[in-house]
Amino acid sequence: MVDRYLEDGILDGRLDAGDYDGNFGDAHPPLDAHEAMVAADRCYFCYDAPCVTACPTGIDIPKFIRQISTGNLDGSARTIFDQNILGGMCARVCPTETLCEQACVRETAEGKPVQIGLLQRHATDHAMSHGRQFYSRAADTGKSVAIIGAGPAGLACAHRLAMKGHAVVVYDAREKAGGLNEFGIATYKTVDDFAQHEVDYVTAIGGIEIVTGKRLGDGLTIDELAKTHDAVFVGIGLSGVNALGVDGEDDDAVANAVDFIAELRQASDMATIPVGRRVMVIGGGMTAIDVATQAHLLGAQEVTIAYRRGREQMNASEVEQNQSTSKGVNIRHWMKPVEVTRSDSGSLFVKMEYTGLSGGRLAGTGKFQTFEVDQLFKAIGQTLEAGDALAGITLEKGRIKVDESFRTSNPSVWAGGDCTAGGDDLTVTAVAQGRDAAESIHAALSA
Amino acid sequence: MADLRNDFAGIKSPNPFWLASAPPTDKEYNVVRAFRAGWGGVVWKTLGLDPHIVNVGGPRYGAIWGADRRLLGLNNIELITDRPLEVNLQEIKSVKRDWPDRAVVTSLMVPCEEPCWEEILRKVEDTGCDGVELNFGCPHGMSERGMGAAVGQVPEYIEMVTRWAKANTRMPVIVKLTPNITDVRYPARAAHAGGADAVSLINTISSIVSVDLDSFAPQPTIDGKGTHGGYCGPAVKPIALNMVAAIARDPETASLPISGIGGITTWRDAAEFITLGAGNVQVCTAAMTYGFKIIDDLVEGLEQWMDNAGHADLDAIHGRAIPNVTEWQYLNLNYTTKARIDQDSCIQCGRCHIACEDTSHQAITNMIDGERRFEVIDEECVGCNLCVNVCPVENCITMEQIPSGDMDKRTGKPVADEYGNWTMHPNNPMRDAAE
Ligand SMILES: Cc1cc2nc3c(=O)[nH]c(=O)nc-3n(C[C@H](O)[C@H](O)[C@H](O)COP(=O)(O)OP(=O)(O)OC[C@H]3O[C@@H](n4cnc5c(N)ncnc54)[C@H](O)[C@@H]3O)c2cc1C
Ligand SMILES: Cc1cc2nc3c(=O)[nH]c(=O)nc-3n(C[C@H](O)[C@H](O)[C@H](O)COP(=O)(O)O)c2cc1C
Ligand code: SF4
Ligand code: SF4
Ligand code: SF4
Repeated sequence: MVDRYLEDGILDGRLDAGDYDGNFGDAHPPLDAHEAMVAADRCYFCYDAPCVTACPTGIDIPKFIRQISTGNLDGSARTIFDQNILGGMCARVCPTETLCEQACVRETAEGKPVQIGLLQRHATDHAMSHGRQFYSRAADTGKSVAIIGAGPAGLACAHRLAMKGHAVVVYDAREKAGGLNEFGIATYKTVDDFAQHEVDYVTAIGGIEIVTGKRLGDGLTIDELAKTHDAVFVGIGLSGVNALGVDGEDDDAVANAVDFIAELRQASDMATIPVGRRVMVIGGGMTAIDVATQAHLLGAQEVTIAYRRGREQMNASEVEQNQSTSKGVNIRHWMKPVEVTRSDSGSLFVKMEYTGLSGGRLAGTGKFQTFEVDQLFKAIGQTLEAGDALAGITLEKGRIKVDESFRTSNPSVWAGGDCTAGGDDLTVTAVAQGRDAAESIHAALSA
Repeated sequence: MADLRNDFAGIKSPNPFWLASAPPTDKEYNVVRAFRAGWGGVVWKTLGLDPHIVNVGGPRYGAIWGADRRLLGLNNIELITDRPLEVNLQEIKSVKRDWPDRAVVTSLMVPCEEPCWEEILRKVEDTGCDGVELNFGCPHGMSERGMGAAVGQVPEYIEMVTRWAKANTRMPVIVKLTPNITDVRYPARAAHAGGADAVSLINTISSIVSVDLDSFAPQPTIDGKGTHGGYCGPAVKPIALNMVAAIARDPETASLPISGIGGITTWRDAAEFITLGAGNVQVCTAAMTYGFKIIDDLVEGLEQWMDNAGHADLDAIHGRAIPNVTEWQYLNLNYTTKARIDQDSCIQCGRCHIACEDTSHQAITNMIDGERRFEVIDEECVGCNLCVNVCPVENCITMEQIPSGDMDKRTGKPVADEYGNWTMHPNNPMRDAAE
């Protein structure tokens, strides 16, 4: 064990160099051919299958699993991509335990669902690693569509529009496409630069130009795009971060979880990322879980997630929670931060108030406890942040309001993914919305 | 504990489970392992006259599988033993000497000439084995040389060769029948007429199990070519059961002992053969799939079932199902059933619905008041049992008899309480003039 493991402060290289690869390796290794056959054999080929209903992109699951068991892996992948061109990423990041696999009749029957996610990965990995492209562009329609945001929503929208023969330009503020697939998803869910491979796979259809380093609101306006293109799709996700609203949160040792994760995802050597020995995370969603788990994997000795409500209210699924606690993360409930101060020794003191329900509402109890930590992460939710750039487009609860075909209040602007109201902040939902928005745009452009 | 001791055509064994003539019984080494494991008897892999035959040097098996790659059907292009006659005879002798309480029967296939049979029978008798089985069954290879199924498909030959065998040995003679015929009663009658002490069936069914889609050649493929082989294993059990029952029900052969063979894998399969008239059973594919240890479950399962049901010995179950096998025309057409779904065990896979909806009688719902729910519509259900067969949960769907007098909602008529079959049915143009 290296000396730095037990040292207070925010330090890099807390672990032996060899430990990082293991820690950040594939969380759910792929099925080999035999395992896939055995897993596929368990599918009953249900009628009007509940798993399909539970999949936000409506992949024909019994069909693709049957194709695996009959040895038609290419066909299987195509079945998946027909509904979800990011089926490879979704196979890795979907919380299947609350989606398809929860609905699987074999979950009902034996408490052991068919391994839909892993089977989906088996088929899509096969097709992608063999460079199988199933779609080609329809004849050029002469129309062009601007897409803002190259995340799952934007990419799915772009692919479907390209299939229809429209010319697509995707603008993204970051230096790389992929959105949170590239900058947010936990490292061990998407190893080996999969997000970039997938961007390449999706754009290989042709007719999609990706322009990085272009931010809406920064030399790029909706009005201008609407003039130069026939339609605009907004898929900018949520780039703002909620503040704790407590004294001391601007301390250097207090960081946004999403920024930390983005840094981690881009690091070529995990040992270069500094992390505290004692780390506290405020929040209860997937981001809180991911930052806590990854901090721990970086060598943070004591990691605690503090959430203001109970276990059941946490946005992170039980499976996600268990995965992080099994790795050594501690989850505390019913407490919220009230003040952050710096001690003489350089540690942070995070003063927490215990919470409870009073008349059905969350309330402080007047009882406090202070934690001494090296680093504090904020993971209490992201917000839509586009400033004036979205002026003229109606928002709802702080997100873009869309109709059932994902059109905004501006008739030439569509939106999908996390930036819209009513989603569930999942990759797969963003894909479904981007795809469906593309169908709506196509219908409008063909009218 | 139920008494499983078996006396088959005068051949005694501690239980009714014999290994069929095939690779498991090709050598002393295998047979000794089988006896150690507890098998009641063996039919030694078929012997022929020297020079001994040769087998292909490439693959000799092909298969079909069910879910989880469970082997359901096995196909082979193996011939009879490919070891010198003398070696086999010595081993048979030694095994019988060391295992006097087990049945050792020798399977034979020689050309259709009496001297050949005379010669081999004399040699086999010297081994002290308990009986012989005449292999008139092999559908491949040997049949092209005028043996095996080539004999078994011609009742006159069966009768003739059986007569030769009986004339040249005092040992019990079992005639092994091929299923590759249209009506198995004819070869069975021929064997009976020739003086056979028993018949055994079925041998393998002529088959091509699969085609390699890269080379466009049947499998197993030998240097780019394939040939038809013999099919066996769980998939053939229904065919074998039907043939066993046909012989057991035939007045001409009703007294002829039958050794039941074909797809027997579990004690339940074996019990079914015995109730349809088999005096004992022979097993090949199940042993080739799982090894000899399955004998434990065969023996203990049969014993346990017999104990639970109060059957003291094999005679108590032998042939018990025969009186209940009849012709379609005698089935009671007034007997009415409806499917019933146990909602507590239903896992909502929808297979019953789609099977009935797409291919049968549109008698199972998939949605009730906007909720996914599978219920039988009595007005449509013809009681066909398809849903029971496709439901993945055993006993989730059952067939319930509608008592006579109650309304059959499909026909809108009460269920008649008297027996009424096709021969009496008004729609039958040739119905018995009963009035
Ligand atoms: C830490 C973390 C972990 C997660 N883990 C999972 C998981 O395991 N499984 C799961 O299903 N979901 C997970 N999610 C949620 C999932 O990542 C999102 O729901 C999904 O990425 C939303 O896709 P999107 O296309 O709407 O937005 P994003 O993926 O956020 O993409 C938006 C894109 O728009 C760009 N952009 C933003 N503003 C502008 C602008 N003004 N101009 C130009 N471009 C702009 C961004 O650079 C980005 O590329 C996680 C989220 C986080 C934060
Ligand atoms: C590889 C193989 C070789 C066989 N060889 C013989 C044989 O030499 N003589 C014979 O009478 N039957 C032979 N059979 C047929 C079996 O004895 C048996 O009749 C048939 O396999 C059906 O039983 P099962 O379904 O239990 O396998 C052979 C079967 C197999 C699979
Ligand atoms: S619910 Fe489960 S068993 Fe049924 S089709 Fe879907 S994966 Fe297969
Ligand atoms: S018994 Fe036949 S007709 Fe009746 S519900 Fe079942 S499948 Fe349909
Ligand atoms: S097949 Fe069986 S388990 Fe499936 S829906 Fe029908 S009754 Fe239920």
